[in-house]
Amino acid sequence: MQPSLIQATRRRRGFGAQAPTRRHRAVVCVLLLLVACAPGVAQQPQPQPQPAPPAATDEFVPISQLPAQDQLPAAPLLVTAYAFVWVALFGYLLSVGRRLTKVQREVDRLESDIARGTRT
Amino acid sequence: MPKWFMPLLGVNAVMFAAAPFLIARADYESTMGLVQKIFYFHMPSASMFLLSAVVCGIASARFLFGGSPRQDRLAYAAAELAVLFGAITLVTGPLWARKAWGVWWAWDVRLTSSLMGWMVAWAYLLVRKYGGPGSDKLAAGLALFGMANVPFVYISVNYWRTIHPKTSVVPTLPADMGTALWFSFACFLLLFTLLLRVRVHLEEQRAKLDTLYLSLDE
Amino acid sequence: MIRTAWLILRKDLTVEVRSLEIAYTTLFFAVSCVLFFAFALVKEGKAPEDGAAGILWIAIAFAGTLALGRTFERERQSETLRALLMAPAARPAIYVGKLLGIVALLIAAEIVLVPLVAFLFQAPLLSHPLWLAAVLVSGTIGFAAVGTLFSAMLVRARSRDVLLPVLLYPITVPVIIAGVRATAELLQPDGELALVRFWVALLLALDVVFVTLALWTFEPLMTD
Repeated sequence: MQPSLIQATRRRRGFGAQAPTRRHRAVVCVLLLLVACAPGVAQQPQPQPQPAPPAATDEFVPISQLPAQDQLPAAPLLVTAYAFVWVALFGYLLSVGRRLTKVQREVDRLESDIARGTRT
Repeated sequence: MPKWFMPLLGVNAVMFAAAPFLIARADYESTMGLVQKIFYFHMPSASMFLLSAVVCGIASARFLFGGSPRQDRLAYAAAELAVLFGAITLVTGPLWARKAWGVWWAWDVRLTSSLMGWMVAWAYLLVRKYGGPGSDKLAAGLALFGMANVPFVYISVNYWRTIHPKTSVVPTLPADMGTALWFSFACFLLLFTLLLRVRVHLEEQRAKLDTLYLSLDE
Repeated sequence: MIRTAWLILRKDLTVEVRSLEIAYTTLFFAVSCVLFFAFALVKEGKAPEDGAAGILWIAIAFAGTLALGRTFERERQSETLRALLMAPAARPAIYVGKLLGIVALLIAAEIVLVPLVAFLFQAPLLSHPLWLAAVLVSGTIGFAAVGTLFSAMLVRARSRDVLLPVLLYPITVPVIIAGVRATAELLQPDGELALVRFWVALLLALDVVFVTLALWTFEPLMTD
């Protein structure tokens, strides 16, 4: 049976928020750690005059269609890309965490109800 | 959740914190300069996207032919991760391409087949959510076709004239770029494993909830 | 097994010929599609380059989706699919029978569409008739192979009308791309036949992959 079907047919309200579990707190700590690393990424060293790059990097030369004068600043693109990665991973972790807490709460409530022998 | 989950999550967080420093230390590429550094997150995300599609396909096949609900939960989790990592790939790629190729998007084989694979993953999620009874098998059938797309995505750059770099780029990376890349790859691989475990755990809890509701009825 | 497939094909064709409902509606829809695109894309009396090839294949894809939906809706209404599955017939044979029926329907539509597109877009679609036939047949088989499998699966699902395109279109993108590129190459006055050969080879490879996958998964997917 699909979980969504069963839950849809029984609308139940949870009782007040449970105390944050250890797992919950650990997830928040990890997220804060990831946030703290953002400045590390933002502090990209400014492009410094480099020694001649090794010849092997030539493999990376793509077909460039930009005329020489149409140069885009690269930093905003780079920062946006990394920022998107963090936001997407963050957002997903939060989404899973939220869904998990919701289901966990329901499970705990049902288990305690069954243990008490009462029908909800 | 298994005992290894929390420690590994901590390890992964530390790895992700260290990755930007390795990436910053890596050499600049001669023609693309700073923007090429998107590569160190773009390539591992793309690999994780393809890996998710393969995991989803194999789990779907085992579910279809074996009927094990565990495989079905694994397939569902892997499909969601395929959408996540595919989205990251399809956003970081064009951001890089805007500077490297001059265009946000090109309809070459690699990009088109990746977009198609991503849409198959989305379709999987839509079918699971809105398909009603029997949608688990429907989606499993879809996932098998999606998995058939994965080898094609990988080899497409080698056999067609495309604007996307070939797979020969990765084995020929110089040492500092290689270190940064494989370290980021390890970060993403570990993250993929952890996210998969968490997501499967969510499905297991949902299944547990169902059995609890069912037992209440008796 | 071939006999079973042939029986199913004959049954479908007989039912269809009696009323020709799906044939007429699919054909009309395909023609309207082509006209719609013609009105949308023609500027100052000229169609865009390669427009004919793309429009032809889009019309085939849309009409095919409609035909698939209608064919299996008919099965669902009379519960004949369940009867078929309960009969002592090999499941793959049922699949092949239905596939051939859909392919026949689509080829019939294409026989009307090709001259229409050639006429509307002044495209020399009939300059290499054998190659065009090869492209169309292999592309249609690829599209129908996936479509038949998914339509059969969706017969008992909710929101089946919307889910069929959702499932079908991403998977058949390679078939459509190959079909359009091959047809476009055939339309060029100096088109390279080697390139067309390549696309047809790709289409045939896709056909083999899709039909094999479909045959393999038809049984578990149709079992409740």
